[in-house]
This record gives sequence, structure tokens and C-alpha cells, in this order.
Amino acid sequence: MIVLQDVCKTYEVGEEIVRALDHASMHVRQGEFVGIIGPSGSGKSTLMNIVGCLDLATSGSYLLDGQPIEDYSETELARIRNKKIGFIFQNFNLITKLSAEENVELPLIYQHLPRRERQERVEMALNRVGLWNRRQHKPTELSGGQQQRVAIARALVTKPSLFLADEPTGNLDSRTSGEIMDIFHELHDQGNTIVLITHDNEVAAQAARRIRIHDGHVTEVAE
Amino acid sequence: MIWQSAKMAFKSVMGSKVRSFLTMLGIIIGVFALVVLVSLVDGATGYVTDTISSLGSSYITVSVLDDKGRPLHLEDLDEIMESGIGLAAPMAQTSVTGKNGRESGSVLLYGTTAAYQEVNSINVSYGTFLRQTDVDHHNYVCVINQTMADELMGGMDCLGQTVELSGLRFTVIGILSDDDESLTSLLTAGMMAAYIPYTTAQRAASTVSSTIDTFYLSPLSDSTVEETNDRIKAYLLNRFSKDEDAFSLFDSSIIEDAMGEVTGMLETLLGGIAAISLIVGGIGIMNIMLVSVTERTREIGIRKAIGASRSTIMLQFLIEALVLSLMGCVLGLLLSALTLAIITQLVDNVTFHVSAGVAWVAIIFSLSIGLLFGLYPANKAAKKPPIEALRYGE
Repeated sequence: MIVLQDVCKTYEVGEEIVRALDHASMHVRQGEFVGIIGPSGSGKSTLMNIVGCLDLATSGSYLLDGQPIEDYSETELARIRNKKIGFIFQNFNLITKLSAEENVELPLIYQHLPRRERQERVEMALNRVGLWNRRQHKPTELSGGQQQRVAIARALVTKPSLFLADEPTGNLDSRTSGEIMDIFHELHDQGNTIVLITHDNEVAAQAARRIRIHDGHVTEVAE
Repeated sequence: MIWQSAKMAFKSVMGSKVRSFLTMLGIIIGVFALVVLVSLVDGATGYVTDTISSLGSSYITVSVLDDKGRPLHLEDLDEIMESGIGLAAPMAQTSVTGKNGRESGSVLLYGTTAAYQEVNSINVSYGTFLRQTDVDHHNYVCVINQTMADELMGGMDCLGQTVELSGLRFTVIGILSDDDESLTSLLTAGMMAAYIPYTTAQRAASTVSSTIDTFYLSPLSDSTVEETNDRIKAYLLNRFSKDEDAFSLFDSSIIEDAMGEVTGMLETLLGGIAAISLIVGGIGIMNIMLVSVTERTREIGIRKAIGASRSTIMLQFLIEALVLSLMGCVLGLLLSALTLAIITQLVDNVTFHVSAGVAWVAIIFSLSIGLLFGLYPANKAAKKPPIEALRYGE
């Protein structure tokens, strides 16, 4: 499903070359729930950007759904993100001017789906996270947990191959975090592939499999 | 997709009403200035042109400058009419002293024929105009204007009375109407004027000879001034040994052409000044769009993360700029229509309205400005890399 082989990512910061990922290799199978754990500055954001097709690796290969992700144009990467990846961010990243419903609809608009189908799928996704009755609300009128549930609805509305969550509970209290994690477990139980990136060992512990990242190196955590 | 983008753009514009309005203000004022100035010139030109043509663009004034020993007589005018060139009426003018009992005053005396009434579209309010028999028989009859009736004859009931002009006695057979805007009433405004048969004028005034120096020519009902102009030119060239300088032809289309040139230039000039303010308005749009792109960096990042391509983002911001400029244009047009309607109410006789031509120019100009000045910010937005945009403000 996801295969990273010897992936390197280097940035030039002034004169210095920063090696954010150093020959990182990992794989995630279809239907797995994987936690990627690492402290800040370990390269986990870089890893997430590459796995999420927001950025391309400097060297090495990345296969998503058996499809090599390299040398793609920005437009092609945008299409892959749109169809295959459902992002869930720490700070929700909802568009504040749009209502919950419109936020969830947005990726479908970019897929050029007809209106009727968009509406059906938005209703399904919002029902799934239990926020259909709040569909008219703007993000600012929703609590943090509700905003994150809207973000999850936006991710699942496209039926992506991969849910990519970056510290999804980082801005939430422990009770709400529990609710959000429950949704991830449900998604996992329904056969979805989930990659969850966190610095929190407790959160990572909920994943079926854990991968540790440190100084750009990736290592499997033994059970 | 474009429809979706337009909806989103509209939403975004309406989302910050005050800012959008201030941004649009430049375009509103630009369109307003363009449309109102050009429409005012247009309306005024229309009014002046109408006035000129009501003075008689329908006839040609023919002046013989050099008769080459073959002067025109009344018989020649008959020939001109019979050969289908047009309706011709001679004109001899002199100033004489008019007397009625103890009253006396200076009277403009015009010698002409019955055709003059039709050529010059003259309205007679009492009695009749000169008739062919009056000309044929050198009758001592006159048609006077209202000023003369009032000042010299003591009122409108003077038909059949006699008046002394240049020492000869004339019977009043008609009084002209005063309320028309013909050249005749304009030229004699406030002055006493009397029309007598051309043949009689030759006897009454020493300055009037049997040769005709000036006559008016109006087109027959089935032809235009231009056609008539060509025909009389051919006739006179033939008569005066192909010498174009032997005569002059004048009709008010010459004034209209000159007017058109002047107002056309004025329109271009004012339109050009207004266009500059439209461009300034466009710069305002670009400025606010650039601010908007920076402010919404994060939104751009989110949109890109969930699958918006470069061109989608580009389209979104471009359409937003277009919506701003087009809304400004529409508001400007409405304001112009309102202002012109108010001016029309305040000014008598002249009707001002938004001319379709300038409205289209304003719309096309505004769209081009929106496009032109929206392009740079839109491109800037589209080029933002998604990771940096997502991290913006953290």
C-alpha cells in the first residue's frame, strides 16, 4: 500500500544542508493502523509531507497504491492528494469562511462531481461523524472536537486510500481526544488504512503498529 | 468549475463588504466618470444637432458668386423645379422703412416666391402666404411677422389693411406664426419683417435686381439633401462653365459635421481622462487582492492539500478580481443612470441617458482591468507551495 525505499529529503538552509530524512524505508499494508512516533524535529513532518504527496523526496522511491510518486507535476500531485489521501491536521485546517457542509464538500468540487452526488456524500460523511445537524455552522461556531470531526468528514468524503493524521488530538482535551480516537478505530475497523503521526506515546500506543522516527531515521518498534 | 469558483468568489467578496466596497470604489468612480461624461456630451450633441436640423438641414442655400454673364432669373428657378432638381425659392433681402399712420420703423424686406413657404417650412397663423399669382402679377401684397403685426399694425386683426413699405402701399395678406424654430423666425427674432413677391421687390427696392444671387433649394419628397446637392451642383457647373468657384452651396449638414468632429474629440478626451481613473481603480483591486492572497495563505494551503490544483487556485482569485471589478462596474452604471436621470429632470429640453456604446465600453474595460490586475495576485496565490502555505502563521 505504502512503500518507502531509501527516501532522503534534504533542505538547504542558507549554506547548510539539512537532512530531514536519511534513507528512510518503511511500508504500510492495506487496512493497517500505523502510528509514527517521534519528537519534534525528528523529521516526522517531512515524512508526512512526502507520504501525503505534499512534497517530493530528494531521492529514493515512494509507492502509493503500487503507483510510484515521483517526478510528478504539481497538478498531478494535487489530483493524487484529492483522490487518495484524507488529511487530518492538528489545527483542523478548516476554511473559516465556509460552513461545515461547504468545507466537507470542497474536495468533491475539486473532483468535479455533480451536485446531487456531492450532496449525498456530504450528508453521509457528516452523519458518520454525527454532525449533520450542525452542517450550517461555521468552524468558529463549533468546539475543537467538532471541528476535528468536520475535518475527518472532509477526509472520508472522498473515500481515500489512506487517512493521514498529523497530531489529530494535539489541540484537544483528553475526553475529546478519546472521541476522536474512537472515530479512527471505527474507520480502521471498517478496513481503512490509517497513518497517525504523533509525539505522544499514549496516542501512538493505540495504533496496531508503531514506527519510530528519530533524526531522519525510521525504525520499527518491536511489539 | 467556473460556476463554483464564481460562487466562491462572490461569497468571499460579500464576506467583507466594507473592504470590497472600498476596493470597488475606484472602479465605481471610474465607470461613473466615463459613462456620465460621455453621455452628457452625447446628450448635449443630440440636442444641438436636433436644433440645427430643425433650423432646416432640409434645404440648401445657393449663392451665385460669379454669374459668367449668364445670371439666373425666375424662369431659371422654374426650370430647376421642372427638371426635378428640387423646390427653389429666390431670396432678396433689403431693409426699408415701414409706415402705418403715425407709426413707423425699420422693416426687413424679403422678396421671394410662393415656394418659399414650403422650402422653409413656414407656418402662417392668419391669412395666407404669398401665392403664385401675386408673383406673376407683381401684386403689392405682403406677409408680415408677428413682431411687425404687434409693433406697427397694432395687433393680429390687420389682415387686409395696408402698410407703407419704402413709400409703396402693400396689402397685408398673412401673418406668420411666431412659435416655430425655423431659421426664418430665428433670423428675424425681435425685428419686423415683411415678405413680398420677388417681382414686386424688384420695383420696390433699388437693390433688388432681376437677377437672382441667392435662392433656397429643398429636396423633393422622394430624394435627400445629398442627392439634391449633387444635382444642383451638376446644373450650376454646367451653367457656369465648370467653375466650382462661381457658386457656393451651403446646408446645415456642414455645421453638423463640424459639430460632430468637435464633440467626438471631446468625448475621446473626457473618456480618456475617465479611463485613467478606471486604471487607478484597477490598481486598487490589485493591491487588495495582494493583501488578500497573503491573508489567505493558509486557506490556499488547505485547498491545495485537499486537491486544488494551481489552475484552480488561480481561477478562484482571478474570478474574485473579476467579480470585484464587474460589481464595481454595475454599481457605477446604476449610479450613472440615476445621475443622468436627475440631470434630465433639472435641465429643460435635453434628455440624457446612458448610451449603450459607452456602457459596453465600461463593461469591457472593467473586465479587462479586473483580468489584468487580478492576474498577478492570482498567479502569486497559485504558486504558493502547499507545505509552506499550510505552515503559514504557525
